[in-house]
Amino acid sequence: MLTSVYRPGTSLLHRSGAGVKLLGLLVFSTVLVAGRSPVTVLLCAAVVVGLYGIGGFGVRMLAAQLWPLRWIVLLLVPFQWWTAGWQTAVTVVGTIVVAVVGAALISLTTRVTDLLDVIARLLQPARAIGVDPERVALLLALTIRAVPVIAGTLQEARDARRARGLEHSTRALVTPVVVRTIRHADRVGDALAARGIDD
Amino acid sequence: MIQIQTVSHRYGDREVLSDINLSLVEDRIGVIGANGSGKSTLARLLNGLVVPSTGRVLVDGMDTARDGAGVRRKVAFVFSDPDAQIVMPTVGEDVAFSLRRHGLGKQEVADRVRDILARFGLVGHSDHPAHLLSSGQKQLLALASVLVTEPEVLVCDEPTTLLDLRNSRQVAGLLAGLPQRVVLVTHDLELLQGWQRVLVIDGGRVVADGPAAQSIGHYQSLMGAGRTC
Repeated sequence: MLTSVYRPGTSLLHRSGAGVKLLGLLVFSTVLVAGRSPVTVLLCAAVVVGLYGIGGFGVRMLAAQLWPLRWIVLLLVPFQWWTAGWQTAVTVVGTIVVAVVGAALISLTTRVTDLLDVIARLLQPARAIGVDPERVALLLALTIRAVPVIAGTLQEARDARRARGLEHSTRALVTPVVVRTIRHADRVGDALAARGIDD
Repeated sequence: MIQIQTVSHRYGDREVLSDINLSLVEDRIGVIGANGSGKSTLARLLNGLVVPSTGRVLVDGMDTARDGAGVRRKVAFVFSDPDAQIVMPTVGEDVAFSLRRHGLGKQEVADRVRDILARFGLVGHSDHPAHLLSSGQKQLLALASVLVTEPEVLVCDEPTTLLDLRNSRQVAGLLAGLPQRVVLVTHDLELLQGWQRVLVIDGGRVVADGPAAQSIGHYQSLMGAGRTC
Protein backbone atom coordinates (compact mmCIF):
# COMPACT_ATOMS: atom_id res chain seq x y z
CA MET A 1 0.00 0.00 0.00
CA LEU A 2 1.15 3.50 -0.83
CA THR A 3 1.46 5.25 2.55
CA SER A 4 2.64 8.67 1.40
CA VAL A 5 -0.21 9.82 -0.80
CA TYR A 6 -1.30 13.46 -0.39
CA ARG A 7 -3.39 14.10 2.72
CA PRO A 8 -5.39 17.31 2.55
CA GLY A 9 -4.85 19.87 5.27
CA THR A 10 -4.37 23.53 6.07
CA SER A 11 -1.07 23.44 7.97
CA LEU A 12 1.88 25.70 7.20
CA LEU A 13 3.47 22.83 5.26
CA HIS A 14 0.32 22.30 3.19
CA ARG A 15 0.18 25.99 2.36
CA SER A 16 3.87 26.29 1.43
CA GLY A 17 4.77 26.16 -2.26
CA ALA A 18 5.99 22.89 -3.75
CA GLY A 19 9.19 24.61 -4.94
CA VAL A 20 9.98 25.88 -1.45
CA LYS A 21 9.45 22.42 0.02
CA LEU A 22 11.64 20.74 -2.60
CA LEU A 23 14.37 23.31 -1.96
CA GLY A 24 14.02 22.71 1.78
CA LEU A 25 14.35 18.97 1.22
CA LEU A 26 17.48 19.53 -0.84
CA VAL A 27 19.09 21.67 1.89
CA PHE A 28 17.97 19.26 4.60
CA SER A 29 19.35 16.21 2.76
CA THR A 30 22.65 17.98 2.08
CA VAL A 31 23.10 18.81 5.77
CA LEU A 32 22.10 15.25 6.72
CA VAL A 33 24.57 13.60 4.35
CA ALA A 34 27.40 16.12 4.86
CA GLY A 35 27.13 15.86 8.67
CA ARG A 36 28.12 12.16 8.66
CA SER A 37 27.65 11.71 12.40
CA PRO A 38 25.11 10.18 14.77
CA VAL A 39 24.55 13.62 16.30
CA THR A 40 23.58 15.11 12.92
CA VAL A 41 21.26 12.18 12.27
CA LEU A 42 19.57 12.62 15.65
CA LEU A 43 19.18 16.37 15.18
CA CYS A 44 17.73 15.89 11.68
CA ALA A 45 15.42 13.16 12.99
CA ALA A 46 14.17 15.61 15.64
CA VAL A 47 13.53 18.20 12.93
CA VAL A 48 11.54 15.66 10.88
CA VAL A 49 9.44 14.66 13.90
CA GLY A 50 8.77 18.34 14.57
CA LEU A 51 7.75 18.91 10.95
CA TYR A 52 5.32 15.97 11.09
CA GLY A 53 3.76 17.71 14.08
CA ILE A 54 3.57 21.02 12.19
CA GLY A 55 1.98 19.18 9.25
CA GLY A 56 -0.74 17.89 11.57
CA PHE A 57 0.41 14.26 11.41
CA GLY A 58 0.63 12.09 14.50
CA VAL A 59 2.78 9.19 15.57
CA ARG A 60 0.68 6.75 13.53
CA MET A 61 1.45 8.52 10.26
CA LEU A 62 5.14 8.68 11.15
CA ALA A 63 5.10 4.96 11.92
CA ALA A 64 3.36 4.25 8.60
CA GLN A 65 6.26 5.90 6.76
CA LEU A 66 8.83 3.99 8.85
CA TRP A 67 7.22 0.57 8.50
CA PRO A 68 8.16 -0.08 4.83
CA LEU A 69 11.82 0.60 5.76
CA ARG A 70 11.97 -2.14 8.40
CA TRP A 71 13.80 -4.65 6.19
CA ILE A 72 16.48 -2.12 5.25
CA VAL A 73 17.01 -1.35 8.93
CA LEU A 74 17.04 -5.00 9.99
CA LEU A 75 19.53 -5.96 7.28
CA LEU A 76 21.83 -2.94 7.27
CA VAL A 77 22.19 -2.20 10.99
CA PRO A 78 23.79 -5.55 11.98
CA PHE A 79 25.93 -5.57 8.84
CA GLN A 80 27.23 -2.01 9.33
CA TRP A 81 27.72 -2.55 13.06
CA TRP A 82 29.72 -5.71 12.42
CA THR A 83 31.87 -4.26 9.61
CA ALA A 84 32.32 -0.64 10.71
CA GLY A 85 31.03 -0.16 14.27
CA TRP A 86 27.85 1.21 15.86
CA GLN A 87 28.51 4.84 14.97
CA THR A 88 28.68 4.07 11.26
CA ALA A 89 25.60 1.85 11.55
CA VAL A 90 23.60 4.67 13.16
CA THR A 91 24.91 7.24 10.69
CA VAL A 92 24.38 5.24 7.49
CA VAL A 93 21.03 3.65 8.30
CA GLY A 94 19.79 6.73 10.15
CA THR A 95 20.62 8.94 7.16
CA ILE A 96 18.59 6.69 4.82
CA VAL A 97 15.60 6.48 7.17
CA VAL A 98 15.50 10.20 8.04
CA ALA A 99 15.89 11.19 4.36
CA VAL A 100 13.08 8.88 3.19
CA VAL A 101 10.70 9.86 5.98
CA GLY A 102 11.51 13.53 5.38
CA ALA A 103 10.82 13.15 1.65
CA ALA A 104 7.54 11.39 2.43
CA LEU A 105 6.44 14.54 4.25
CA ILE A 106 6.56 16.37 0.91
CA SER A 107 4.28 13.73 -0.68
CA LEU A 108 1.90 13.96 2.27
CA THR A 109 1.54 17.74 2.09
CA THR A 110 1.87 18.43 -1.66
CA ARG A 111 -0.42 17.54 -4.55
CA VAL A 112 1.37 15.61 -7.29
CA THR A 113 0.15 18.16 -9.86
CA ASP A 114 1.93 20.93 -7.91
CA LEU A 115 5.12 18.86 -7.85
CA LEU A 116 4.81 18.21 -11.58
CA ASP A 117 4.41 21.94 -12.25
CA VAL A 118 7.64 22.65 -10.36
CA ILE A 119 9.52 19.82 -12.09
CA ALA A 120 8.26 20.95 -15.51
CA ARG A 121 9.36 24.53 -14.71
CA LEU A 122 12.79 23.43 -13.48
CA LEU A 123 13.32 21.38 -16.62
CA GLN A 124 12.44 24.20 -19.03
CA PRO A 125 16.14 24.91 -19.82
CA ALA A 126 16.52 21.24 -20.83
CA ARG A 127 14.29 21.97 -23.84
CA ALA A 128 17.43 23.27 -25.52
CA ILE A 129 18.80 19.72 -25.62
CA GLY A 130 15.49 18.16 -26.75
CA VAL A 131 14.00 17.20 -23.37
CA ASP A 132 10.22 17.76 -23.10
CA PRO A 133 9.62 18.86 -19.46
CA GLU A 134 5.93 17.93 -19.59
CA ARG A 135 6.81 14.46 -20.77
CA VAL A 136 9.30 13.99 -17.91
CA ALA A 137 6.66 15.21 -15.45
CA LEU A 138 4.16 12.75 -16.98
CA LEU A 139 6.69 9.94 -16.64
CA LEU A 140 7.06 10.70 -12.93
CA ALA A 141 3.27 10.78 -12.48
CA LEU A 142 2.90 7.42 -14.20
CA THR A 143 5.66 5.93 -12.05
CA ILE A 144 3.89 7.07 -8.88
CA ARG A 145 0.58 5.71 -10.20
CA ALA A 146 2.15 2.37 -11.15
CA VAL A 147 3.07 1.50 -7.55
CA PRO A 148 -0.45 0.59 -6.28
CA VAL A 149 -1.39 -0.98 -9.63
CA ILE A 150 1.59 -3.35 -9.65
CA ALA A 151 1.12 -4.07 -5.93
CA GLY A 152 -2.49 -5.08 -6.69
CA THR A 153 -1.40 -7.26 -9.62
CA LEU A 154 1.18 -8.95 -7.42
CA GLN A 155 -1.40 -9.69 -4.74
CA GLU A 156 -3.82 -11.17 -7.30
CA ALA A 157 -1.06 -13.32 -8.82
CA ARG A 158 -0.14 -14.55 -5.31
CA ASP A 159 -3.77 -15.49 -4.65
CA ALA A 160 -4.08 -17.22 -8.04
CA ARG A 161 -0.87 -19.15 -7.37
CA ARG A 162 -2.18 -20.30 -4.00
CA ALA A 163 -5.54 -21.26 -5.54
CA ARG A 164 -3.73 -23.54 -7.99
CA GLY A 165 -1.65 -25.13 -5.21
CA LEU A 166 1.59 -23.66 -6.58
CA GLU A 167 2.64 -21.66 -3.49
CA HIS A 168 6.35 -22.18 -4.11
CA SER A 169 6.44 -21.66 -7.86
CA THR A 170 8.31 -18.50 -8.80
CA ARG A 171 7.19 -18.87 -12.42
CA ALA A 172 3.52 -18.95 -11.39
CA LEU A 173 4.06 -15.59 -9.67
CA VAL A 174 6.45 -13.75 -11.98
CA THR A 175 4.94 -14.68 -15.37
CA PRO A 176 1.41 -13.32 -14.79
CA VAL A 177 2.76 -10.21 -13.06
CA VAL A 178 5.10 -9.40 -15.97
CA VAL A 179 2.46 -10.16 -18.62
CA ARG A 180 -0.26 -8.17 -16.86
CA THR A 181 2.09 -5.26 -16.15
CA ILE A 182 3.04 -5.05 -19.82
CA ARG A 183 -0.62 -5.25 -20.86
CA HIS A 184 -1.47 -2.57 -18.32
CA ALA A 185 1.30 -0.34 -19.73
CA ASP A 186 -0.17 -0.89 -23.20
CA ARG A 187 -3.65 0.08 -22.05
CA VAL A 188 -2.35 3.14 -20.19
CA GLY A 189 -0.58 4.20 -23.40
CA ASP A 190 -3.87 3.90 -25.31
CA ALA A 191 -5.73 5.79 -22.59
CA LEU A 192 -3.18 8.63 -22.58
CA ALA A 193 -3.40 8.86 -26.36
CA ALA A 194 -7.20 8.87 -26.15
CA ARG A 195 -7.09 11.71 -23.61
CA GLY A 196 -4.86 13.68 -25.98
CA ILE A 197 -2.07 13.84 -23.39
CA ASP A 198 0.63 13.16 -25.97
CA ASP A 199 -0.72 15.50 -28.69
CA MET B 1 -20.73 14.78 -37.91
CA ILE B 2 -18.53 11.69 -38.11
CA GLN B 3 -18.08 10.16 -41.55
CA ILE B 4 -16.50 6.79 -42.12
CA GLN B 5 -15.64 6.50 -45.80
CA THR B 6 -14.79 3.11 -47.39
CA VAL B 7 -12.79 2.13 -44.33
CA SER B 8 -11.01 -1.21 -43.98
CA HIS B 9 -8.55 -2.11 -41.27
CA ARG B 10 -6.05 -4.92 -40.86
CA TYR B 11 -3.95 -6.14 -37.96
CA GLY B 12 -1.14 -7.85 -39.85
CA ASP B 13 -2.80 -10.32 -42.24
CA ARG B 14 -6.12 -10.30 -40.40
CA GLU B 15 -8.78 -7.96 -41.76
CA VAL B 16 -10.92 -6.77 -38.84
CA LEU B 17 -13.03 -4.17 -40.66
CA SER B 18 -14.06 -4.34 -44.28
CA ASP B 19 -15.40 -1.55 -46.48
CA ILE B 20 -17.34 0.40 -43.85
CA ASN B 21 -19.34 3.46 -44.94
CA LEU B 22 -21.24 5.34 -42.26
CA SER B 23 -22.38 8.85 -41.37
CA LEU B 24 -22.94 9.22 -37.64
CA VAL B 25 -25.21 12.15 -36.83
CA GLU B 26 -27.56 10.79 -34.16
CA ASP B 27 -27.10 11.71 -30.47
CA ARG B 28 -27.22 8.13 -29.23
CA ILE B 29 -25.52 5.42 -31.28
CA GLY B 30 -24.93 1.89 -30.03
CA VAL B 31 -22.52 -0.67 -31.46
CA ILE B 32 -23.01 -4.37 -30.76
CA GLY B 33 -21.44 -7.55 -32.04
CA ALA B 34 -19.76 -10.76 -30.95
CA ASN B 35 -16.25 -10.83 -29.47
CA GLY B 36 -13.71 -10.22 -32.23
CA SER B 37 -16.32 -8.81 -34.62
CA GLY B 38 -14.43 -5.52 -35.03
CA LYS B 39 -16.64 -3.23 -32.94
CA SER B 40 -13.83 -2.04 -30.64
CA THR B 41 -11.66 -1.26 -33.64
CA LEU B 42 -14.55 0.69 -35.14
CA ALA B 43 -14.84 2.67 -31.90
CA ARG B 44 -11.09 3.35 -31.84
CA LEU B 45 -11.24 4.74 -35.36
CA LEU B 46 -13.53 7.51 -34.17
CA ASN B 47 -10.95 9.44 -32.16
CA GLY B 48 -7.87 8.44 -34.11
CA LEU B 49 -6.61 5.80 -31.67
CA VAL B 50 -6.60 3.51 -34.70
CA VAL B 51 -5.94 4.91 -38.16
CA PRO B 52 -7.64 2.98 -40.97
CA SER B 53 -5.51 0.86 -43.30
CA THR B 54 -7.61 2.15 -46.20
CA GLY B 55 -10.32 4.79 -46.45
CA ARG B 56 -10.70 7.71 -44.05
CA VAL B 57 -12.57 8.88 -40.98
CA LEU B 58 -13.65 12.52 -40.81
CA VAL B 59 -14.83 14.29 -37.66
CA ASP B 60 -16.43 17.61 -38.59
CA GLY B 61 -14.26 17.52 -41.69
CA MET B 62 -11.01 16.71 -39.83
CA ASP B 63 -9.22 13.57 -40.97
CA THR B 64 -8.26 11.39 -37.97
CA ALA B 65 -5.06 10.32 -39.75
CA ARG B 66 -3.86 13.87 -40.33
CA ASP B 67 -5.29 15.85 -37.43
CA GLY B 68 -5.46 13.37 -34.58
CA ALA B 69 -4.91 16.03 -31.91
CA GLY B 70 -7.79 18.15 -33.23
CA VAL B 71 -10.05 15.10 -33.41
CA ARG B 72 -9.25 14.05 -29.84
CA ARG B 73 -10.23 17.50 -28.57
CA LYS B 74 -13.68 16.83 -30.00
CA VAL B 75 -14.01 13.10 -29.42
CA ALA B 76 -13.32 11.64 -25.95
CA PHE B 77 -12.90 7.94 -25.28
CA VAL B 78 -13.63 5.78 -22.24
CA PHE B 79 -12.33 2.21 -21.91
CA SER B 80 -13.75 -0.77 -20.07
CA ASP B 81 -10.93 -0.85 -17.51
CA PRO B 82 -10.81 2.45 -15.61
CA ASP B 83 -7.60 1.43 -13.82
CA ALA B 84 -5.75 1.85 -17.09
CA GLN B 85 -7.19 5.32 -17.53
CA ILE B 86 -6.53 6.82 -14.13
CA VAL B 87 -3.13 8.47 -14.16
CA MET B 88 -2.88 10.56 -11.00
CA PRO B 89 -2.86 9.40 -7.37
CA THR B 90 -5.95 11.29 -6.20
CA VAL B 91 -9.41 11.75 -7.72
CA GLY B 92 -9.30 15.53 -8.10
CA GLU B 93 -5.79 15.46 -9.53
CA ASP B 94 -6.77 12.92 -12.16
CA VAL B 95 -9.59 15.11 -13.42
CA ALA B 96 -7.32 18.19 -13.33
CA PHE B 97 -4.70 16.27 -15.30
CA SER B 98 -6.96 16.27 -18.37
CA LEU B 99 -6.91 20.07 -18.35
CA ARG B 100 -3.14 20.31 -17.98
CA ARG B 101 -2.49 21.40 -21.55
CA HIS B 102 -5.59 23.54 -21.96
CA GLY B 103 -3.91 26.74 -20.79
CA LEU B 104 -6.43 27.39 -18.00
CA GLY B 105 -5.66 29.23 -14.77
CA LYS B 106 -5.50 27.34 -11.46
CA GLN B 107 -8.81 28.73 -10.24
CA GLU B 108 -10.64 27.80 -13.44
CA VAL B 109 -9.19 24.28 -13.33
CA ALA B 110 -10.26 23.96 -9.68
CA ASP B 111 -13.79 25.21 -10.51
CA ARG B 112 -14.22 22.84 -13.44
CA VAL B 113 -12.90 19.90 -11.43
CA ARG B 114 -15.27 20.66 -8.56
CA ASP B 115 -18.25 21.03 -10.91
CA ILE B 116 -17.68 17.77 -12.77
CA LEU B 117 -17.01 15.81 -9.57
CA ALA B 118 -20.27 17.18 -8.16
CA ARG B 119 -22.13 16.06 -11.31
CA PHE B 120 -20.73 12.55 -10.92
CA GLY B 121 -21.28 12.29 -7.17
CA LEU B 122 -17.56 12.27 -6.43
CA VAL B 123 -17.12 15.69 -4.90
CA GLY B 124 -16.44 14.29 -1.42
CA HIS B 125 -13.73 12.06 -2.86
CA SER B 126 -11.59 14.74 -4.48
CA ASP B 127 -8.57 14.15 -2.22
CA HIS B 128 -9.04 10.39 -1.90
CA PRO B 129 -6.51 7.98 -3.46
CA ALA B 130 -8.03 7.00 -6.83
CA HIS B 131 -6.91 3.38 -6.55
CA LEU B 132 -9.01 2.92 -3.40
CA LEU B 133 -12.33 3.81 -5.13
CA SER B 134 -14.86 1.09 -5.91
CA SER B 135 -15.03 -0.19 -9.52
CA GLY B 136 -18.14 1.87 -10.17
CA GLN B 137 -16.58 5.02 -8.73
CA LYS B 138 -13.44 4.43 -10.80
CA GLN B 139 -15.52 4.25 -13.98
CA LEU B 140 -17.34 7.44 -12.96
CA LEU B 141 -13.94 9.06 -12.41
CA ALA B 142 -12.78 7.88 -15.84
CA LEU B 143 -15.90 9.46 -17.36
CA ALA B 144 -15.47 12.67 -15.37
CA SER B 145 -11.81 12.89 -16.39
CA VAL B 146 -12.64 12.89 -20.10
CA LEU B 147 -15.84 14.94 -19.90
CA VAL B 148 -14.16 17.79 -17.99
CA THR B 149 -12.55 18.81 -21.29
CA GLU B 150 -16.08 19.31 -22.70
CA PRO B 151 -15.79 17.14 -25.81
CA GLU B 152 -18.57 17.07 -28.41
CA VAL B 153 -18.64 13.29 -28.72
CA LEU B 154 -18.05 10.55 -26.17
CA VAL B 155 -17.06 7.08 -27.35
CA CYS B 156 -17.31 4.34 -24.71
CA ASP B 157 -15.87 0.88 -25.27
CA GLU B 158 -17.78 -1.50 -22.97
CA PRO B 159 -17.74 0.87 -19.97
CA THR B 160 -19.97 -1.36 -17.84
CA THR B 161 -18.26 -4.71 -18.45
CA LEU B 162 -16.47 -4.73 -15.07
CA LEU B 163 -19.37 -3.28 -13.08
CA ASP B 164 -22.12 -4.86 -11.00
CA LEU B 165 -25.76 -4.22 -11.86
CA ARG B 166 -26.15 -1.16 -9.62
CA ASN B 167 -23.00 0.56 -10.88
CA SER B 168 -23.81 -0.45 -14.43
CA ARG B 169 -27.22 1.23 -14.16
CA GLN B 170 -25.66 4.33 -12.62
CA VAL B 171 -23.21 4.67 -15.50
CA ALA B 172 -25.99 3.97 -18.01
CA GLY B 173 -28.13 6.69 -16.42
CA LEU B 174 -25.30 9.17 -16.63
CA LEU B 175 -24.59 8.33 -20.26
CA ALA B 176 -28.27 8.74 -21.12
CA GLY B 177 -28.33 12.21 -19.59
CA LEU B 178 -25.20 13.60 -21.21
CA PRO B 179 -25.55 16.55 -23.57
CA GLN B 180 -22.79 15.06 -25.76
CA ARG B 181 -23.32 12.70 -28.66
CA VAL B 182 -22.55 9.21 -27.31
CA VAL B 183 -21.27 6.20 -29.23
CA LEU B 184 -21.51 3.17 -26.96
CA VAL B 185 -19.92 -0.22 -27.69
CA THR B 186 -21.48 -2.79 -25.42
CA HIS B 187 -22.59 -6.38 -24.88
CA ASP B 188 -25.31 -5.15 -22.52
CA LEU B 189 -28.35 -4.93 -24.81
CA GLU B 190 -30.49 -3.44 -22.01
CA LEU B 191 -28.32 -0.31 -22.06
CA LEU B 192 -29.36 0.41 -25.63
CA GLN B 193 -33.13 0.22 -25.18
CA GLY B 194 -34.66 3.24 -26.91
CA TRP B 195 -31.44 4.39 -28.55
CA GLN B 196 -31.85 6.16 -31.89
CA ARG B 197 -29.46 4.01 -33.85
CA VAL B 198 -27.69 0.71 -33.22
CA LEU B 199 -25.08 -0.83 -35.52
CA VAL B 200 -24.53 -4.57 -35.55
CA ILE B 201 -21.00 -5.60 -36.54
CA ASP B 202 -20.25 -9.14 -37.66
CA GLY B 203 -17.06 -10.35 -39.32
CA GLY B 204 -15.83 -6.79 -39.76
CA ARG B 205 -18.96 -5.59 -41.61
CA VAL B 206 -22.06 -3.65 -40.60
CA VAL B 207 -24.81 -6.22 -40.96
CA ALA B 208 -27.64 -4.21 -39.42
CA ASP B 209 -28.15 -0.49 -38.92
CA GLY B 210 -31.36 0.93 -37.53
CA PRO B 211 -33.33 1.83 -34.40
CA ALA B 212 -32.43 -0.14 -31.25
CA ALA B 213 -35.34 -2.60 -31.30
CA GLN B 214 -34.78 -3.56 -34.93
CA SER B 215 -30.98 -3.95 -34.69
CA ILE B 216 -31.08 -5.79 -31.35
CA GLY B 217 -33.61 -8.23 -32.83
CA HIS B 218 -31.32 -8.80 -35.80
CA TYR B 219 -28.34 -9.35 -33.48
CA GLN B 220 -30.24 -11.82 -31.32
CA SER B 221 -31.29 -13.86 -34.35
CA LEU B 222 -27.72 -13.71 -35.67
CA MET B 223 -26.35 -15.07 -32.40
CA GLY B 224 -29.07 -17.69 -32.19
CA ALA B 225 -28.35 -18.85 -35.75
CA GLY B 226 -24.67 -19.22 -34.90
CA ARG B 227 -25.30 -21.67 -32.06
CA THR B 228 -23.87 -25.12 -32.61
CA CYS B 229 -25.01 -26.77 -29.41
